[in-house]
Amino acid sequence: MLDIRQRTGYLFLSVMLGHLILISAQVQSRAGVPVLESVTFGVFSRVQGATASLVGSARGGWDNYVDLRDVRAENEALQKQLGDLEVAMQQQRALASEAERLRELLKLQKITTLPTLAAEVIAGNPIPGMQTVTIDRGTADGVLPNMAVIAPKGIVGRIVGPVASNAARVQLLIDRDAAIGAQAERSRSGGMVIGDDADRPLRMDLVSNLADVQQGDAIVASGVDGIYPKGFAVGTVESSAAGTRLHRVITVRPAVDFSSIEQVLVVMVPARGATPFEKPAAPGGSGK
Amino acid sequence: MLLALAAALAVQTTLAGLSHGGATLVNLVLVAVVYVGLAFGPVMGLFAGSVGGLVQDALAGGIIGIGGFSKTLVGFLVGVLGAQFIVAQPLPRFVMFVGATIVHELCFQALVAMAETRGIRLQYSALLTQAVINGVIGIVAFQLVEVGPGLLQRRRARGASVSRRRY
Repeated sequence: MLDIRQRTGYLFLSVMLGHLILISAQVQSRAGVPVLESVTFGVFSRVQGATASLVGSARGGWDNYVDLRDVRAENEALQKQLGDLEVAMQQQRALASEAERLRELLKLQKITTLPTLAAEVIAGNPIPGMQTVTIDRGTADGVLPNMAVIAPKGIVGRIVGPVASNAARVQLLIDRDAAIGAQAERSRSGGMVIGDDADRPLRMDLVSNLADVQQGDAIVASGVDGIYPKGFAVGTVESSAAGTRLHRVITVRPAVDFSSIEQVLVVMVPARGATPFEKPAAPGGSGK
Repeated sequence: MLLALAAALAVQTTLAGLSHGGATLVNLVLVAVVYVGLAFGPVMGLFAGSVGGLVQDALAGGIIGIGGFSKTLVGFLVGVLGAQFIVAQPLPRFVMFVGATIVHELCFQALVAMAETRGIRLQYSALLTQAVINGVIGIVAFQLVEVGPGLLQRRRARGASVSRRRY
């Protein structure tokens, strides 16, 4: 039991404290906040900070040392998930790239007045030295031999026979047996671009030494062969020098990157002067 | 105690409207608090100061609690001193009232200065005047309280004896 004096003292202190709290609740500090509020917040914020630190330490100890039972399994699951996500991202990236190429192809299809058929390259050349690819269109789609094959950047090649019902082989322009009637776009000097096995895959022959063909000139199809559409890009002159005989020695860098062809357009116009492809006769019927 | 406080508050607010250089010349609530402290001890003085001060602050319209704090302090101190020393004669009581007035005013002005973040403003002449007047009123109040009931009793007794003589 407290002494009467102690009780009186405590009573006095408590009443005085009550008055101080009442005063501080009304007086504003320089920040415009009641003194009671600012003091209370300041004091309790330190208490809260200390409490949060204690709780954080305890939680850290629990999480980092005691609760590690399932960490290994969780880690393995996360690694697997990460691997799956990376594969999915690669697939998405490939899809995005293909979408961009198809968009370019569609743009070309809309610009050109020639009837075209989109096709996808499904196989490369099986024989080394032969620059051909296989596409997923054939006679069932109306594809015929000697039809030109183009890409947004320029001429790719032509269809070579035989053509299957749902596939066809394309001879690329860089094949050593391929040739295209061409001309320099600037000077209209005509010649013939032929595939080559050398480092510079195309060369332009039959151009007179007197012709004005310079490095950097654009070479386009002249259309004289009746196969490739006139005006479509073949390549760019890489070097042009006067030859020892009548013709210039000209090398051409192809407009199309033949190492990464995936989608092409088949020009659905039969070659002019070419023998029409005869469809096989129906069983029991006569062929035309 | 409550009666004394209520009477002091009523008189203070209605009659003590005298001002000398802007300060009041008498603080009847303080006089009542000191009386209660001297007559009934520190605890009662504490309560009287708290209640009287808070009510006076509320009626004055300023920061509630400053007057209460000051009068609580004074009431408690007066009660403690009154228990320690013999304060039965008019002179010691007068000193008590004067001292209480000075301490109350100093405490009050200090709290107001802190609340309003300014320096302490004291009008010494008005303070001394108030202290003296409080002292006089306090002594008169003590005399009335101590002597009054006795006087009344003697008057009643005189009246009763006169009426017995007649009959």
